[in-house]
Amino acid sequence: MHGIVGYGAYIPRNRIKVEEIAKVWGADAPSYKKGLMLEEKSVPSPDQDTITMSVEASKNALRRAKINPADIGAVYVGSESHPYAVKPSGTVLAEAIGATPDVHTADLEFACKAGTEGLFLVLGLVKAGEIKYGLAVGADTSQGAPGDALEYSAAAGAAAFIVGKENVLAETIETYSYTTDMPDFWRREYQYYPRHGGRFTGDPAYFKHIIGAAKGLMAKAKIKPIDFNYVIFHQPNGKFPLRVGEILGFRKEQILPGWLVSKLGNTYSGSSPLGLTATLDISKPGDMIMIVSYGSGAGSDGFIFKVTRRIQEARDLAPKTRDFLDKNKNYLEYGVYAKFRGKIRKAE
Amino acid sequence: MREVAVIGVGMTKWGELWEKSLRQIFVETALLALEDAGVGRIDSMYIGSMSPGLFIGQEHIASLLAEYLGKIPVPAVRVESACASGGVALRQGFIEVASGLSDIVLVGGVEKMTDVDGSEATYALGTAADQEYEGFHGITFPGLYALIARAHMARYGTTREQLAMVAVKNHDNGSMNPLAQYPFKITVDAVLNSVLVADPLRVLDCSPITDGAAVVILSSLSTARKLKKPLIKIAGSGHATDTIALSSRKDITWLESTFQAAQKAYKMAGKKPKNIDLVEVHDCFTIAEICVTEALGFFDIGKGGEAVQNGLTSLKGKIPVNSSGGLKAKGHPVGATGVAQVIEIVKQLRGEAGQRQVKKARVGMTQNMGGSGGSALVHIFERI
Repeated sequence: MHGIVGYGAYIPRNRIKVEEIAKVWGADAPSYKKGLMLEEKSVPSPDQDTITMSVEASKNALRRAKINPADIGAVYVGSESHPYAVKPSGTVLAEAIGATPDVHTADLEFACKAGTEGLFLVLGLVKAGEIKYGLAVGADTSQGAPGDALEYSAAAGAAAFIVGKENVLAETIETYSYTTDMPDFWRREYQYYPRHGGRFTGDPAYFKHIIGAAKGLMAKAKIKPIDFNYVIFHQPNGKFPLRVGEILGFRKEQILPGWLVSKLGNTYSGSSPLGLTATLDISKPGDMIMIVSYGSGAGSDGFIFKVTRRIQEARDLAPKTRDFLDKNKNYLEYGVYAKFRGKIRKAE
Repeated sequence: MREVAVIGVGMTKWGELWEKSLRQIFVETALLALEDAGVGRIDSMYIGSMSPGLFIGQEHIASLLAEYLGKIPVPAVRVESACASGGVALRQGFIEVASGLSDIVLVGGVEKMTDVDGSEATYALGTAADQEYEGFHGITFPGLYALIARAHMARYGTTREQLAMVAVKNHDNGSMNPLAQYPFKITVDAVLNSVLVADPLRVLDCSPITDGAAVVILSSLSTARKLKKPLIKIAGSGHATDTIALSSRKDITWLESTFQAAQKAYKMAGKKPKNIDLVEVHDCFTIAEICVTEALGFFDIGKGGEAVQNGLTSLKGKIPVNSSGGLKAKGHPVGATGVAQVIEIVKQLRGEAGQRQVKKARVGMTQNMGGSGGSALVHIFERI
């Protein structure tokens, strides 16, 4: 048996409401709330970035895994907002948690699915016996251009998973990836904000890949939608994951426990991984969980996990995802938010 | 002048056709029209396309499309009159066959609009307004038609609900058109609660951005008789212009170019509004359909909204308007729209319109206009 032995989340406490953003841009807040099912999003503080959030989430994963961090043989950080263009995030993380020097580290980038990519890799390495434990993190302080539709959703958060063969809390049943070349969303070198193809990001991008991955995964595992207790899809807005779930034949009750986006926003590489941590927080032994990520460019990684008895003991060893989401919030006005996100250009 | 018939029509499913290029969309559609007509030879081509330059960075498309259709060296011309480009292409083809210069002419319309994002598409469409007096002040077409709607509401008591009923009726019809971009029904409530675009117009008052093509084949009536096709004659053709700036009009609720074009078409066909069994009109926005039905003489000035409310324009009403679903539900690939209207009328007059068939349809009309009415085309078709 191989699978998740520890998981952890981290979400910054700052929030900004859709109304606050819409007010500045003269936009129609009710239409964003209704059309995209977004209410507010998380915002990182000036001293927070992908690395600091990765460290927080990984520490929580270590608390649940109860392993010696020196036994971690691989550390992968998936993000599209690595603080450095050249210099890895993974080395800082590995050092901070005490996994160095006997460890392989890499930074990954694949729009919103870089987090599940790391999970895919460590699951393979652990299964092959190459490493004892592997750490995969999805984290982002995602960017949205001021006034763009993305500004209402681009949020911050991180989720970390430690994978191993002993004391597994969620066993890996099956994995599957679905990838094509699809220019729906991109940011070129030296560009500050990403660009997107508007409605093109829907049917031929998000829906095609998630549906392709979910169907491929379920066919490979010979498991039907009705057999799952919970399912998590990438959450760029509130509407897409609910619609793709409906298309695939899932009920809302299977989706909602991991559906965080209306209060969290889209944490990009952290999005579906945080949905998984929130779902593990409330799951019972024997529960079947499917997670399908989506990264523009484009591809989806799909995983099926079966929860074990160890979840009962492990989940209370670190803060729950919904606690990060619902408690201790600090609402920002747009001006402070703009300062925190580096949207105000100061004198050199 | 020779009499002219429509001997073939072709249209493929409209929508966001991201996987297809402009030339592919056109060629697939043109082959259907040629097959329907049962001819291989054409003498020339007219292509209505508003702005391939801005939408896909390609001009000179008439020759390109002739090449990809395998028809070079036939003469091929792209014509442009904003959203009335397709209607102008039809009229040019009609004139060429009527003159005797050609016997079989392909008339097509095509637009590939989804390769650019929403703001670029809005800009491209906005070039159909007066850039110096309108565009530079920031107004776009939803804004111009919103001004028309406000004026119509203030002067004639047209209601917000009546505007919504235009969209609801067209979606009812469009739900029976498998080639429509949005073949589903909507409700008045859905329109009234949709996203505000330009007060009072909401997103469900507006025709969509669409990729698509439409092609018809015209021939002399004598050639049409030899082909043993149902004889659909172009009985009347009218074309008129007006100021392209709304601000230069005496009355912004009155579409003078549509009125003038209709008068010419009625005169040529020897028909009156009461002789028309159904009409396809240019409902780029819900208010446009109301104004157009007044200018065509189907209803008294100011009564277009009431007519919709009373069901006079529904499929079983006094004058069915937009049985195809109109621009609202069928889609609006601007250059193709004027030609697609002809296809709907031909299908109706042939009795091939399926669930949305208008009973005993023998005389049909199309009305296609550019911008806020700076150009307008009206054609009358008769089954003989």
